[in-house]
Amino acid sequence: MGQEVDLSGVNMRFGEVYAVRDINVHIQAGEFFSFLGPSGCGKTTLLRLISGFMDPSEGQIKIGGKDMRGIGPNHRPTAMIFQNLALFPLMTVEKNIGFGLEVRRVPNAKRKKKVEELIELVDLNGTGDRMVSELSGGQMQRVAIARALAVNPAVLLLDEPLSALDLRLRNHMRAELRKIQRRTNVTFIYITHDQTEALTMSDRVGVMSIGKLEQVAKPDIIYNTPKTSFVASFVGESNIIQGDIISIDGDYAVLKTATGSFVCKNPQHMETGETATVFIRPETVFLAKGPDAENLLTCRTKTISFEGAYAVVTLETEQRQIFTMRLNNDGSVPRIEEGEHIKVRFNRKNAFLLKNGGTAIA
Amino acid sequence: MRDFWNTALKDLGKIGIAYILITVGVWVVFMILIPQLIMFDYSLRPMLPLREIGGPKDVWTLKNYMVFFSNRLHMAIFFKTIWSSLIVTLTALAICYPIAFYLAKVAKGAKVGLLMIGLIIPYWINELLRLFAWQIILADMGILNQLLIFLGIIVDPINFRMGNGAVILGMTYAYILFMVFPIYNVMESLDRNQLDAARDLGASWLRIHYKIVMPHAKPGIAVGCTMTFMLAAGTVAAPQLLGSPSSFWFTQVINTNFECANWNLGAAYATVLMLLCVIFMFIMLKLFKVGLKELTQ
Repeated sequence: MGQEVDLSGVNMRFGEVYAVRDINVHIQAGEFFSFLGPSGCGKTTLLRLISGFMDPSEGQIKIGGKDMRGIGPNHRPTAMIFQNLALFPLMTVEKNIGFGLEVRRVPNAKRKKKVEELIELVDLNGTGDRMVSELSGGQMQRVAIARALAVNPAVLLLDEPLSALDLRLRNHMRAELRKIQRRTNVTFIYITHDQTEALTMSDRVGVMSIGKLEQVAKPDIIYNTPKTSFVASFVGESNIIQGDIISIDGDYAVLKTATGSFVCKNPQHMETGETATVFIRPETVFLAKGPDAENLLTCRTKTISFEGAYAVVTLETEQRQIFTMRLNNDGSVPRIEEGEHIKVRFNRKNAFLLKNGGTAIA
Repeated sequence: MRDFWNTALKDLGKIGIAYILITVGVWVVFMILIPQLIMFDYSLRPMLPLREIGGPKDVWTLKNYMVFFSNRLHMAIFFKTIWSSLIVTLTALAICYPIAFYLAKVAKGAKVGLLMIGLIIPYWINELLRLFAWQIILADMGILNQLLIFLGIIVDPINFRMGNGAVILGMTYAYILFMVFPIYNVMESLDRNQLDAARDLGASWLRIHYKIVMPHAKPGIAVGCTMTFMLAAGTVAAPQLLGSPSSFWFTQVINTNFECANWNLGAAYATVLMLLCVIFMFIMLKLFKVGLKELTQ
């Protein structure tokens, strides 16, 4: 059974540099929680803090309600799956999986039974006496999962374990991980820089940037209502335009930009006169029918890349602003050629106005 | 084999291949084979006055070897040399394993460099001088005794050079590098994450070393032990300079034979010592389940 993990005011300093800064998050028992962020954002440090390889400079980490300060990784109810898996190459699959039980002096018969159960759980039947070096990438992955689950952890920590796999296998393992998590009900804390991975697998996602937690929410909320510029730009694609707020209208504001004025959602309740950035997802941009609608852009199509289910169209406005649009291949859209002049628009509820700064380089 | 020649020809050219074959060939034939065969030949012939060499009495015989096996004192010295060399080897291993682990997996940046230099600096000085230094340290009124007396730990100087102690100490010191470097080399290639993984799974440090580090370092340990043992069993300087009458080394017996102009007996004794070293090496390989190929890596 999983246990809850509670981080409050967690700071980790290396000299003068903060690797992790003021992290407050409560992860529920049995939850699949992902920390998502670019490399160097402090997510690995966070994982090492939870697993006990380091103690935070300030703040408290509680697992199952118990303060973990001073408790080493070998005495915490956590198990970690390493980025490079860190399987023991000189041992067989069985020995690898049984390692944690062996060092806990679990009797032979009991250990054997548990190892067999785990081999079954992760679909590795028949590989027990093979050396790990003889296995395929996906199989090694499974050994690493089984080895970590063998010690009955309350919390499983996963450090981008899928990054070395090819795309097909990665997709497969995602579903597999989710399945194993559901079956075992262990709390999974997953770190990744891959947004698809985080969004598809997790119950909740915490987006991190330079040591700070920017937003914690369910995947669809992260995607649809990003709280900061960083989240909006790091998760998913966005058209980004900067400008000045010239008027407020309830939850909406009008942003004056070099490309024209746009009515956008104003979740941060910014005031008239502030500079701001608007984020518009390509899939919320569509071809304009009438001439006098709001949020209208006149552009020339630069490139069209056909992906099958949809096409990505790159547009350029008269003011040289680049804009992308994603058109579903559902037969409702007229054929567009490169170089054609078209009018596109987006709904005010699909455009987010956020404070400037801290955008991720996509 | 054919592929091997083709790639070699492409990479090195005919002149390159010829150069390598000739240099290696000269080395193997003149530096290894011929001297060993001459020594072996010597060991099988009786010692004769000059004019009888090549005469009817100059035939192959095992007499020299019989002398060794019938001389109880020499046999005793031989086995004592093995025993003492084993102690030197184990002492060096016990000292060097932690040093190698610290160098390879714990120390970072400048510390590694400093410690490396610290290990290497003594080797800039000639081995004999290093042993003389130990002589000065361990002498009856030497530095160590004076220090101990000054600190009030002892009243009368201790004769450190009684028995084997001084020789074993001096040798362990002299051969530390030969133990540290092979172990350090293999430990370097050990993935740190494996240590973390083992720890995360609940293993104590002792277990991590026993289960993860030592199995990984096996080839290095085997090489280090083999080299240290061979050097210890084969040296004549350390027992000569630091030894006492009771620490007589087998190499000193060989040396005496040559000094007494009985080259044939000396050659037989040297052959026995060489056989011992070869046997020791194979025992180490067996013990550590390491192949000859791994040993050279």
